[in-house]
Amino acid sequence: MTDYIRLDYWDLALAAALLLGVAGLSLALQLRIEKKLLIAGLRCALQLALVGLVLTKLFEAVSPWWTGLAALAMILFAGREIMARQERGFQPVWAYGIGTSAMLMAAALVTVFALTTQIKADPWYDPRYALPLLGMILGNTMTGIALGLQRLTEGARQQRPGIEALLCLGATRRTALLPVTRQALTTALMPIINSLAATGLVSLPGMMTGQILAGVEPLEAVKYQLMIMFMIAGGTTLGAVTAVFVGLYRLTDNRDRLRLDRLAGD
Amino acid sequence: MLAVRNLTRPGLEPTSFELAGGECVALRGPSGAGKTLLLRALADLDPSSGEVTLDGTPREKMPAPQWRRRVGYVPAEPGWWSERLGDHFQDWDGQAGPAHRLKISPHVDERRVSQLSTGERQRLALLRALEHRPEVLLLDEPTGPLDEEATAAVESLLREKQSNGLAIFWVTHDKRQAERVAGRRFWIDSGRLREAVLEDAKGR
Repeated sequence: MTDYIRLDYWDLALAAALLLGVAGLSLALQLRIEKKLLIAGLRCALQLALVGLVLTKLFEAVSPWWTGLAALAMILFAGREIMARQERGFQPVWAYGIGTSAMLMAAALVTVFALTTQIKADPWYDPRYALPLLGMILGNTMTGIALGLQRLTEGARQQRPGIEALLCLGATRRTALLPVTRQALTTALMPIINSLAATGLVSLPGMMTGQILAGVEPLEAVKYQLMIMFMIAGGTTLGAVTAVFVGLYRLTDNRDRLRLDRLAGD
Repeated sequence: MLAVRNLTRPGLEPTSFELAGGECVALRGPSGAGKTLLLRALADLDPSSGEVTLDGTPREKMPAPQWRRRVGYVPAEPGWWSERLGDHFQDWDGQAGPAHRLKISPHVDERRVSQLSTGERQRLALLRALEHRPEVLLLDEPTGPLDEEATAAVESLLREKQSNGLAIFWVTHDKRQAERVAGRRFWIDSGRLREAVLEDAKGR
């Protein structure tokens, strides 16, 4: 990893100029996306600069406590993101609770599994490996859970007559909601299944590209990428299944009733 | 058979009545009076308080799915969970006889559920509920979308089930139907249930 080309700030400024350029384009065409684009770009720059600083400190410290704290903060932020992505879904507190706990379970399990058995970092919690790995798994698990919960609540609303017809004929809540549960999990896992299938043909994954740019042999980068993809698929599935099943129980009660009154916006 | 004491839920004042085996009670009342709220509470589809027992067993003493198998409910707009009609029955082929009695075409299963007429769906939902052999049947306007001939067929089938012991709680808008099918008639207004004697006294 010695022969990679360092970027200086002038290079970055050039890249940022591209963003300014397209903002100008938006202004000229009256598309009204220039403001959003620039604010998002600015946020991105600030957040990444901050993360760079924090990571530098964390990598120097190699402390299990600081690493754990950073991991927890990442999970809490991701939980907030899940909550924000629910439209007429679970009430915010519940969306946050279900999302965060499912993610905590899935992401922690998969990350520790990868760190202790495959990467074998020393110590296993070395933030240099733990945090990027967790970040990648978390990002995908978060999307899966958010999609799954949204599809679950949306499906239960839309298919309420059919669900209640099944309940009326003596189906349990699990049976009556099985079609919706399946749809929710299919939706949750669609992005990761698609990216497993399309990877390499359509897109070069960001992490692999990064490693190649940093001078790693393509085949070595591929090995890493494969491991990550499998971890992401496992984590997303675990997280989404957990969240959707907890969601299913929240959407129903112990008398096998469909409780849409527990959703927000009703 | 079905005993209801102080059944309450939002929109429904404490309601008490009894329904004997083989009895049919008709319920009428203006739109929004709480007819559907009452039926849904009886089927335990919505939370409610009060004591509801079947043959002396309180509903809390049995799992809700079992309660709903014994106390069947056919809403005014029945739901369907599959486009294939056969998916909705345990034994669709065994339905040929009763379907014929209800004037349903024997080729009805060749169409998708969403392509069936409202009247066909209504009668098929009734058959679907009867297939589970409920002891009590809660019906919300079971002949609402039907013509006279089909209405008579439904009434005749239900009368037969009734003579075999089925208890029926029948919501209808039609006063003459209520008089035809039911031994006792209830009236509900603003969530308050009354025996129909009062209804007549008010000159309705």
